[in-house]
Amino acid sequence: MINPDYKYSGTNGIQHEEPLLFEHAHEAPESISLPGVDGPLSDALLAFARKTPANIPGLSEPETVRHFVRLSQWNHGIETGFYPLGSCTMKYNPRVNEQVVRLPGLAHIHPDQPEDTAQGALELLYETQQWLGEISGLPYVTLQPAAGAHGELVGLMMIKAYLDARGESNRRKVLVPDSAHGTNPASAALCGMQTVELKSGADGRIDLDELKAHLDENTAALMMTNPNTAGAFESDIKEICQLVHDAGGMVYGDGANLNALVGVARPGDMGIDCLHINVHKTFSTPHGGGGPGGGPVAVNEALAPYLPVPRIVNNGDSYALVHSDENSIGPVLGSAGQIGVLLRANAYISAFGRQHLHQIAEDAVLNANYVLHRLKDRYHVPFEGLCKHECLLTDELQHSHGVKTLDIAKRLIDLGFHPMTVYFPLIVHGAMLIEPTETESRETLDAFCDAMLEIADQCEAGDTEMLHEAPVKPFRRRLDETQAARNPVLTWKEQ
Amino acid sequence: MTIPADLKYTKDHEWVRIEGDIATFGISDHAQEALGDIVFVELPEIGRTIDAGEAYAVVESVKAVSDVYAPVAGEVIEVNEELEGEPEKVNSDAYGAGWIAKVKMSGETLELMSDDEYTTFLEE
Repeated sequence: MINPDYKYSGTNGIQHEEPLLFEHAHEAPESISLPGVDGPLSDALLAFARKTPANIPGLSEPETVRHFVRLSQWNHGIETGFYPLGSCTMKYNPRVNEQVVRLPGLAHIHPDQPEDTAQGALELLYETQQWLGEISGLPYVTLQPAAGAHGELVGLMMIKAYLDARGESNRRKVLVPDSAHGTNPASAALCGMQTVELKSGADGRIDLDELKAHLDENTAALMMTNPNTAGAFESDIKEICQLVHDAGGMVYGDGANLNALVGVARPGDMGIDCLHINVHKTFSTPHGGGGPGGGPVAVNEALAPYLPVPRIVNNGDSYALVHSDENSIGPVLGSAGQIGVLLRANAYISAFGRQHLHQIAEDAVLNANYVLHRLKDRYHVPFEGLCKHECLLTDELQHSHGVKTLDIAKRLIDLGFHPMTVYFPLIVHGAMLIEPTETESRETLDAFCDAMLEIADQCEAGDTEMLHEAPVKPFRRRLDETQAARNPVLTWKEQ
Repeated sequence: MTIPADLKYTKDHEWVRIEGDIATFGISDHAQEALGDIVFVELPEIGRTIDAGEAYAVVESVKAVSDVYAPVAGEVIEVNEELEGEPEKVNSDAYGAGWIAKVKMSGETLELMSDDEYTTFLEE
């Protein structure tokens, strides 16, 4: 029996106020003892010597360690609590992954060391590459892209190269549904393409007539996410891909929501030509706060000649990197991939194995539907039916009490949970997108749902002041997001 | 929420004030409220020719980045440069100080609604 006082995980540990590094009061960097130089420096080097002392805050090692640990204690991560951030797949990062990447032969490897001294690492990377090809149904894979959006750009660069090789350089239009992740149009723009927005149908899915109306001889690609950001499977996917192919375009799949499909259905079988895979999401590697990520791209035979180099190849009983190929778009990273991220992904796939990989998607979808089922009578559900790996709610029922999505999200912090994704997708007002992932227990899901229901109760009871003030328990209260966006202060300056 | 009677509206929640062959554009009170606090407005360049329905500006709020579509076609003759420093005017005075651009009309227009039609549209 859980003590009711501990029903929610709480946010009231010991936390310490902490100034910025430069606000610590030391005059001089007494704690830093750099070794001297052996012998005289050459004039060429002395030309680069500083003329004035560096402005380094004078902190001792323990003060420095405490500074960063204290700041980390103000934060919420997957290892401090439930983190149902929709479309981000914040699943638990198993400890065994960390053991694997800390094996000395893997942890101390250098991207440029001779291939014959890195055969084990190359074999693991090759294996990861082949597995991602099999999981996606798109057998040709590059591990290089360093994040999902990087993968999008690389995928579009390959599509562009393919179209150019066919003499179709006029095809520069990329169709993007209005439910898409913001990175999709951004990647298209960065690739020198023009984005055309497709309005979603009444069920939140791609509208076939809208798609047909925008397909023409200038269409390069459709960029789509399946399941989409409303958590709904694009059930017309076969026809969608056929329409795009008939118009001479390619279908780019955003793999951000692959967690709903892994081991059960394959984007390549649906007709998608090119897919990036967020290994940091689907395959459990630590992410958030800007990295590190991994966005391998898997393609079909038509796009395979354009894959970046170096490519990892298997020559019978050895592995090698191929550094040039006439059709390749070239290298897109300084190495063959972010090895630490890719090896963790390999460990996660290995832990399930071919026979059990489907358990990931099945449990992820089950957990999302469990949350949806427990909340659907108290929160507005914009699109009826079962969801995939994430469920979409809105604040419509709370709005009449003067409570908005932002208030609900902030109150969840008080109750010990990371908020869900808010105000995304843009196709519904006041969106709340909840993705529990497969790694959470029923007890955790229940605690989260209880918290959501408690917020709905407070709302209906008119106890809205607390909701507007939330969060009241954490170290920092509600931050002024508007001011932060209008007047961002990104660098420290002496007053 | 206010919906002035002397303006026309589009389904994408833009308003337009037509005076002679000059049209002034902005976003409706409903739009600014749905977007939340506006933090940045990307204005079009003066002299740019825009089609009716073309995205001519971008409005960024704490929640989202949205294209703003031209209710009528024309050439941009004036933009509200004050929004560069004070984008919050779109929130505080959507139909007045929060105007975005003025164009010299060239003819083509989207299907425009009266205040009553827009009110009905919002209720639906």
